[in-house]
Amino acid sequence: MTRRFPILPTLIVLAGAAYFLVPLYAAFQFSLQMKRGELSFEAYRSVFESSTFLSTLTFSTVASAAAIFFGAVLVVPTAYWVRLKLPKLRPVVEFLSLLPLIIPPVVLVFGHIRLFGSNSILPLTMSSWGTNILLVIGYVVLSMPYMFRAVDNGMASIDIATLTEAAESLGASRLRTIIDVIFPNVRSAIVSGAFLTFSISLGEFVLASLLNRPAFGPYMVQLGQDYAYQPAALAIMSFALTWILMALMQMAATRKPGQRLFRPSRSLAASKSQ
Amino acid sequence: MTAMTEAGTAAGLRESAPQPRAGVPARGRWDWLGAVPFLAFVIIFMLAPVSYLIIGAFQTPKGAFTLGNIADLASPNIAASYWLSIRLSLASALIGTVTGLMLAWAVVLGGLPGWVRSAVTTFSGVASNFAGVPLAFAFIATLGRIGLVTVILRKVFHINLYATGFSLFSFWGLALTYLYFQMPLMLLVITPALEGLKREWEEAAASLGASRLQYWRFVGAPVLAPSVLGCFLLLFANAFGTLATVIALTGSNFSVVPILLFQQIRGNVLYNPNLGYALAVGMIAIMIVTNTAYLVLRTRAERWQK
Repeated sequence: MTRRFPILPTLIVLAGAAYFLVPLYAAFQFSLQMKRGELSFEAYRSVFESSTFLSTLTFSTVASAAAIFFGAVLVVPTAYWVRLKLPKLRPVVEFLSLLPLIIPPVVLVFGHIRLFGSNSILPLTMSSWGTNILLVIGYVVLSMPYMFRAVDNGMASIDIATLTEAAESLGASRLRTIIDVIFPNVRSAIVSGAFLTFSISLGEFVLASLLNRPAFGPYMVQLGQDYAYQPAALAIMSFALTWILMALMQMAATRKPGQRLFRPSRSLAASKSQ
Repeated sequence: MTAMTEAGTAAGLRESAPQPRAGVPARGRWDWLGAVPFLAFVIIFMLAPVSYLIIGAFQTPKGAFTLGNIADLASPNIAASYWLSIRLSLASALIGTVTGLMLAWAVVLGGLPGWVRSAVTTFSGVASNFAGVPLAFAFIATLGRIGLVTVILRKVFHINLYATGFSLFSFWGLALTYLYFQMPLMLLVITPALEGLKREWEEAAASLGASRLQYWRFVGAPVLAPSVLGCFLLLFANAFGTLATVIALTGSNFSVVPILLFQQIRGNVLYNPNLGYALAVGMIAIMIVTNTAYLVLRTRAERWQK
């Protein structure tokens, strides 16, 4: 076959690139225009100087970190145990871990608010700490499909049965086996799930707003209603952060013995958090 | 949002797990205890809250059984919300499917250099995650009333975009904004299907005298159809659940179903808590139908992707 210059594919890619890059450029340019008649990083300075920015970002970072921790503590032993001892239960657990994909966040939090409200046996929404816990639980649920998938795939790539027998024959307890043998072997899988969890929950709006938490998502929406230039600056920073998180996740996900560090993958997409 | 699953499950299901060996028999009887924390978490924080809403949807405020709430979903303003949500999701999924498919075709089969494909794929991974509030902000800076593109169109081309009836804060503006995460998602989930089109098929068709058009008409399109339709449904579900982007763009004036539910949770705008439950159940029903159809279609499509 003769090789012609691929005109149509080139045009499509250029049009796609324009669609994707113009909003980023526009946001960037817009974010520099806060001072009339000159380009400056004033909008960024103004964002960073705001104490609400720092406090909400801190709150959301802590909430995301907690969600990662509890998500890992819940998912890793379960994925391990089910693979090792309860293979018949695996389809059930896998199905349950995927359920959050069909429960919209707004529905989930609605159920939480009603079920754990004032006249419940577990009235979490009645105290500030209880509501924080509920928010973290919500993030654990939202990120469960990704966390479980990452960890379960990680477990698939190592021979956990042999590792467990080896650890046991050397006298290790169950807990010790999980912590000292299994955990290090799926660490990269957990890290990859962790970055995804982080990118889902850091700017999350629906749960945080309906639970009245001083989180980053509701702060951003408020900022968008009150100001013109700062939101553009936030959009740029948040795009950069998403990029960094995805890059880190990718590195963690692909870093297995005998594999290159960087590998374009199609399994990168995710996030549920529109 | 489900792209991870898409690529992940396919791989996960095919990889044969290291077969667990029989455990020590004496311990075996209590093995199920290990799954209890996870199952308890799922039951308490996922199944119970959703069941609460489902049961509530079939009750009157006093607790008696009724189908009235479900029937009330057909009342004018709620039906209008569903119809708006469905139209918006259809439009955005349709545009996302077509453009994403074209882009995927261009980078996978278009004969472009390899780095273009890596760049587009990597960017798509990021863009499909770049949703919510910041995305809305970027589009306001682009197509808002004083956005870059709006201003350039007015100053350079003398086209007043907002006089043509377009508004970023209306139906087509939202559809265009959704496209920013829909198109990359389509690209990511359809790429395996495009890769599954075997070169031999094209050569076989050509050696039997088929033109390129005939190849696509009789081989390519039928093989791809289930995948494309499945991905379309995935994009539909993805758009249907979108809430934060809409709020950041329109406040809460644009009453798609998630927005209506959001307002109902905030302040009982429907004046009937049980009608709110029915609204939530309606959302779940639509998500179940689209996701199930997606899974069925994907299973069909995988026959060709060995």
